[in-house]
Amino acid sequence: MKTTKRTLLKLALAAVIVGTPAAAVAEDWEPTRPIDFVIMAGPGGGADQIARFIQSVAEKQDMTNRPLVPNNKGGGSGAEALLHVGKARDADHTLLVTLNSFFTTPLRQEKLGIDTETFTPIAMMGVDPFVLWVHKDEGITDFESFVEKVKTADGQWVMGGTGKGQEDSIVIAYLSDAFGLKIKYIPYDGGGAVAKDLAGRQVMATVNNPAEAKGFYDSGDFVPLLAFSDERLPAYPDVPTMKEKGHDFSYYNQRAVVGAPGMSDEAAAYYRDLFSKIYETAEWQGYLKSESLSPLWMNAEEQRAYWAKQVENHKKLLAAMEN
Amino acid sequence: MLVSIQPLNLMLIFVGVAVGLFIGAMPGLGSVNGVAILLPITFLVPAGSAIIFLAAIYYGAMYGGAISSITLGIPGASTAVATTFDGRPLALQGRASLALVTAALASFVGGTVANVLFTLFAPVLATVALSFGPPEIFALMLLAFATFVGLGGDDIPKTIFSICFGLVLASVGFDQISGEPRLVLFEMDGFLQGIGFLVLAIGVYGIGEMLWTIEQTRGEVTTTNANLTVKGMFSDLREASQRAWKGTVIGSFLGFFVGVLPAAGATPGSLMSYGVAKMVSRRPETFGKGNPDGISAPESANNSASTGAMLPMLTLGIPGSPTTAILLGGMVIWGLTPGPRLFINETEFVWGLIGSFYISNVAALLINLAFIPLFVWMLRMPFTILAPMIFVLSIAGGYAATRNMHDIWMMVVFGLGAFFLRKLDYPLAPAVLAIVLGPIAEPTLRQSLLLSSGDPSIFFTRPIAGPITVIALILIFLPALQFVRRRRRKAMA
Amino acid sequence: MKTGEIVTAGLLALFSAYLMWKSAELPVGYIRGEGPGGGAWPFWLSAIMLICACMVAVNGWRGRTTPSGSTEPLLDSHGWKMLVMVGGAIVVFVGLISIISMYGAIAVFLLYYTLYLGRHGWGLSLSISLLTPILFFFFFEGAMQITMPKGMSFTDPVFDILYDIIY
Repeated sequence: MKTTKRTLLKLALAAVIVGTPAAAVAEDWEPTRPIDFVIMAGPGGGADQIARFIQSVAEKQDMTNRPLVPNNKGGGSGAEALLHVGKARDADHTLLVTLNSFFTTPLRQEKLGIDTETFTPIAMMGVDPFVLWVHKDEGITDFESFVEKVKTADGQWVMGGTGKGQEDSIVIAYLSDAFGLKIKYIPYDGGGAVAKDLAGRQVMATVNNPAEAKGFYDSGDFVPLLAFSDERLPAYPDVPTMKEKGHDFSYYNQRAVVGAPGMSDEAAAYYRDLFSKIYETAEWQGYLKSESLSPLWMNAEEQRAYWAKQVENHKKLLAAMEN
Repeated sequence: MLVSIQPLNLMLIFVGVAVGLFIGAMPGLGSVNGVAILLPITFLVPAGSAIIFLAAIYYGAMYGGAISSITLGIPGASTAVATTFDGRPLALQGRASLALVTAALASFVGGTVANVLFTLFAPVLATVALSFGPPEIFALMLLAFATFVGLGGDDIPKTIFSICFGLVLASVGFDQISGEPRLVLFEMDGFLQGIGFLVLAIGVYGIGEMLWTIEQTRGEVTTTNANLTVKGMFSDLREASQRAWKGTVIGSFLGFFVGVLPAAGATPGSLMSYGVAKMVSRRPETFGKGNPDGISAPESANNSASTGAMLPMLTLGIPGSPTTAILLGGMVIWGLTPGPRLFINETEFVWGLIGSFYISNVAALLINLAFIPLFVWMLRMPFTILAPMIFVLSIAGGYAATRNMHDIWMMVVFGLGAFFLRKLDYPLAPAVLAIVLGPIAEPTLRQSLLLSSGDPSIFFTRPIAGPITVIALILIFLPALQFVRRRRRKAMA
Repeated sequence: MKTGEIVTAGLLALFSAYLMWKSAELPVGYIRGEGPGGGAWPFWLSAIMLICACMVAVNGWRGRTTPSGSTEPLLDSHGWKMLVMVGGAIVVFVGLISIISMYGAIAVFLLYYTLYLGRHGWGLSLSISLLTPILFFFFFEGAMQITMPKGMSFTDPVFDILYDIIY
């Protein structure tokens, strides 16, 4: 009888001890149901890999009391995802993993009625640079001979990409405009398919993220010619940048997490804290390095300013591409 | 190889297969769901074990896909559509256990054949896969369409209508080539994301076909109950191996070669195997009425193709299906670089994985056979309980797959429409298959024409595409010619 | 069934024409040097659908198709009743999802079907229609991490408790 009483007492005490910090934390906002972690791309692409990586890190370190549930909505260059998150019923539990279609899709499809500005900035996890690749059997090792070869091909030079208005097509459009190149552009449904058809020499060159081409670069099949980054990429120190070639142009894919419009300030603060923790983990830092992403941490106001700048920028680029 | 028979890995394989089997058996859920959900859990075990676990789930789900096709008549995944053609009739004849045993055995053989081919020829096959560009894939799709011709009903305009309907539905949403929205029906935003295979398949089979059954039988469905004895299972095993070996052989090899091609995948593989099995059969008229060859061909093919789909993932770092795409992401998380160097740099990992394919396959067969009585027992439920359960599974499973209420409403619309069309003898399977092949066929057609600057001869002049196109065209026009000749003969007589 | 056959074919022809019109928002011709335009694939396939639907109608009118040869009506009174009671129930079921959540709608639908259409006893009907959604909840939300629609906000407290149980 005694022991039982004591046990009960202990249990009650334990409950108080355990309960106190919980009660203290309860003032801060915490998610009460699973978090809809919407991805602006189909399974397997760069954005999807990043989202799943983030989810895995959060899970491994037990950072959230409710799980991040990945939800691929890649349809219509991300229009599907933007509509879904834009009209989310439960804004406090809806996040979006973005790429640059976050800027371009609302611009290209005004009918959707999506305003980038209304979304809630959470975290900029890094930016993904673009690199121009050719197959080693083309026999090209530097950018100058690439330009020459494209010119002699006279309109028969074929490049693959992920579609008109997509990130790589913007880069290719700028490239061909800057050097007076005539390029035949074949759209595919994802960066992986593009890399595969370069490996099989169905197309002659591509503009891919380093992560997508890394396997073939390691095996020596792909040759990087030009990086569209501000500075030379640490993993590809011998590859010159577009800026070195005399054109002030750099282009990155943003890998950012964005909250649904109308998310409460408390929830936004919780997620900003969560993702800054994820950002600082050794896993994420290692990922940035191995996949050649550039770190570009920003606070909420900086992100808003960055968005406004990107929207203006893309307006110009898209307009230039149409002509 | 030794990696895969460590106790931990062995246990993971059995657990993975069992989990996969049940996920695959749910309409709407497939290996994608299983693999995606369990990916984070795999951090608790070493990377080598993790991918073995995921591969086991993948295998289990492939076996499981056949279960809902046979017992409920709803293909849970596009790879299992062809399995319904003969699996469902057999189940309605009270031979559900024969159908399930056939599917399990065929899957096992298909998986094993693919494993052996994989082990022996992986690097060579990778090169073959790379030589398939857009024109070759389109030619292959044409070949898959050629096998449709035999699948429709007797009414040719209705069959063609059904095929075209599926192809048009597949083009709703966005035009990949120009990046413009297309066919946003009635200006509803929901159509921007297109119409998925599962929406049509669950609508047609889970709702339309069920309504038809209830109406036809006045709600009093009687399925002959199968005997559930151990002896019965053994005699089914014997019968399956006698009556279904031909389909198994066709499916195992054809499925593997189609599955290896990154853009094609397991669905065209299983469909083409069904078509070929019917073509070479001495009694093609028994197909669609419960011929075991009609189960073994697509089932061996989809398992074989799923193993084949691992090949481009491992050797090239290119996903052949959404599931392999997620596995690929997993490999990045575990610090492995998928790509041509993987076979050289990570030999222990690669061979451990291939070894686990063999063991997963055996485990999947055993576990599947052990659960067959349970699935057959489900069919013994009174129909007034089974029917609402199927409706509920269809709606909930459909939502789980698409996470979109718009798609659920579309399922209901397709279901009610399918009910009327079914009453009027429109064949609907061609539409369901067309919606799978359309999204591969249209972009590859247009990519090819972009490559050739609009010159269609590209499909005939390329060394691989040429012969495939010619064979496909012959197969498509052969029945038409026979039909015309038969009519003329009739007219003369 | 003859009327049914012709009317259905007519509706399908109309729908095909709508699809053709809708596809024509994008170029449907053959663009020189590029191949078919963005609307060509659905446009010409819908055109084939239109032709097929007309052929079905003509064949039906001449009594050449199987259904048109049958003298039974497309749906007799029993068939219509079934369609309204089962098909209608599915429509109501899906409509309820947005109001009382997926799980609530499942419970209501199952109860209606087993008790009213299936004429099972209260005990069996109630246990099936209550256990199924609970099982589904633990399977989808707990095991599969798929969140189902929660309906209108008045269901929130219930789900908050349930989520506390599974996580």
